[in-house]
Amino acid sequence: MLLEIKDLHARVEGREILRGLSLQINAGEVHAIMGPNGSGKSTLAQVLAGRETYDVTGEVLYQGKNLLALSPEARAVAGVFLAFQYPVEIPGVGNLYFLRTALNAVRKQRGLEELDAMDFLGLAKEKMKLVEMDPSFMSRSVNEGFSGGEKKRNEIFQMAVLEPKLAILDETDSGLDIDALRVVASGVNALRSKGRAMLVITHYQRLLEYIVPDRVHVMANGRIVSSGDKGLALELEKHGYAEFEQHNPAPGAAS
Amino acid sequence: MSGTANAFFEGLSRFDVKRNGHLIGGLKGLRRSAFQWVAERGFPTARDEAWKYTRLGPILEVPFELAEPTVSRRLSAGTIAELAGDLGGARLVMVNGYFAKELSSLKTLPKGAQVMSLAAALAEEEEQLAPLLSRPFREQPHAFTALSAALAEDGALVRIPANTTIEEPIHLVFISDTGASPLVSHPRCLVLAGPGSRATIVESYLGIPGDVYLNNAVTDIVLEEGAVVEHYKLQNETETAFHIALLDVRQGRGSRFSSHSLALGASTARHEVRVRLEAEGAEVTLNGLYMPRGEQHLDNPTTIEHAAPHCTSREFYKGVIDGHGRGSFDGRIIVRPGAFKTDASQTNKNLLLSGSAQVDTRPRLEIFADDVKCTHGAAVGQLDAEAVFYLRSRGLPHGAARDLLSYAFVNEMLRLVRVEALRSRVEKMVAWRLGGVEVAA
Repeated sequence: MLLEIKDLHARVEGREILRGLSLQINAGEVHAIMGPNGSGKSTLAQVLAGRETYDVTGEVLYQGKNLLALSPEARAVAGVFLAFQYPVEIPGVGNLYFLRTALNAVRKQRGLEELDAMDFLGLAKEKMKLVEMDPSFMSRSVNEGFSGGEKKRNEIFQMAVLEPKLAILDETDSGLDIDALRVVASGVNALRSKGRAMLVITHYQRLLEYIVPDRVHVMANGRIVSSGDKGLALELEKHGYAEFEQHNPAPGAAS
Repeated sequence: MSGTANAFFEGLSRFDVKRNGHLIGGLKGLRRSAFQWVAERGFPTARDEAWKYTRLGPILEVPFELAEPTVSRRLSAGTIAELAGDLGGARLVMVNGYFAKELSSLKTLPKGAQVMSLAAALAEEEEQLAPLLSRPFREQPHAFTALSAALAEDGALVRIPANTTIEEPIHLVFISDTGASPLVSHPRCLVLAGPGSRATIVESYLGIPGDVYLNNAVTDIVLEEGAVVEHYKLQNETETAFHIALLDVRQGRGSRFSSHSLALGASTARHEVRVRLEAEGAEVTLNGLYMPRGEQHLDNPTTIEHAAPHCTSREFYKGVIDGHGRGSFDGRIIVRPGAFKTDASQTNKNLLLSGSAQVDTRPRLEIFADDVKCTHGAAVGQLDAEAVFYLRSRGLPHGAARDLLSYAFVNEMLRLVRVEALRSRVEKMVAWRLGGVEVAA
């Protein structure tokens, strides 16, 4: 098993957002997490990537080791990657420079040789094709002035370069038109492999027509309330989230 | 004003008698009255608005000796090239404020252009230069302009004749080499840009680690009608030294001036810029970067005076403050009556990298004319936690993420440096300060 989450709780500013979430993912599998706004989907993504603003309890085993004890950078080195819902703009840092620095930081900590600028450029050009990214993006500042779609492509491009074992895609479909969605999804599909698991977080079933999951989980009020195969996503599309929310109220919430 | 009962002034008094006792000619009277002015009025204190942020205490405690012309045993033309860089143009080197011919390299200049030692120029035309040299003290006297007027003997004179362009940057290097006893130097520069002339001037201040000295530097730049001058000042004094400087600029009709101040060194430094836009259509851009860390205090008072209509001023200063460092930006803009259609904008942004870092930012707009556009903005913040997390989630260690983001904040200023050889030097200096960030290709 690649990832095993047991009874995960996360609080921020006294408010409990994850309320005993459990989930298991095997290497090579693609899992989708669907849920309404405010169900804690993005918090789960951030907690797994190591965001320190949350007060976290419970257990997360990644390759059998305690993931929660690791810093965000140590998780990246161990092969965890989060494609951000809102990628951060960093004016003054070149996109390509940033990514080479990141890749070399990861390679160095993994005991691999660092890539020089020329070797990296070759690698980057190859990976950019996956998401049909224009090479002019390489010299621009990280995400600065990128459209929503460009930012999401950039996330998948980064994922392609960093080659994670566990990729978490946080609402990668949000803000994308249908053409951009196709491009991003085909990039993601090209990166599916036996050794790599993906956790695809989305509000809409639409994305799952392009990235077909092995398992679908429904999240409501901070925990997984239903799991099934891809058929569950279609069911959700028909009936909406209301039923799940009503049957699984937050502890202490008046219903 | 505080008195003159301090080690600094008592030391200087001994030297003044020795130096000015034998003076003759146009500067004699000025020197005497300027020195007298300090004896009577003393030094500014924190109660003086214009000196509110400058930490003078440690300077006034040091019994500096007055610098004299020397031949440095520690410096050669080779070490200067290494320390100050070769910017491709003429290089005038001053050691402890005095012209060092053996260390300088003066290229062939266009006809009529002069780049020379101020002492040599004074020997020839003291009467003509005296009024120019005394102006900063006469117009806005304070202890340091007064001491400069009283004691400065050498520095640089740059004169660019009408409609003449000097392509290569003129590099004025001020290096301090004091040895065992603390020295005070008074380098003095005069840049006279004739009508329609163009030039780039770079001032570099540096020293030898461990030396204790004070540079009390005054630079005047006069731009006549249509002149274009690009000015850079790299203050990279050794961190046991002090630096008090004034850049005083006057601009004629349609002239364009830009100055980039890069303040990295010294224990306490103040780089004051005053610009007077005297005739229609003059444009000025002042950019500044200050990066105090450790116990450094780096102050940046600026005054832009719009004295004529249709003039434009742009000011952009950034500070990165770490450790117990302290920075300040005091931006005064004065719009005189009648200076209609003034277009002035001022921005100051600060990044605090530690809990004990401190910055003071103060915009001061004094507008006495109608139909003007003046905007200002100031910001003080810390590194964006979201951005730090983003970089860490990609595998960058925490420290590296912090350094890279700080570098990005600074890089916006460095990109404005158009002299490439200077920019790449400064990029390396800044990157080194920020934990060895590799400079982005």
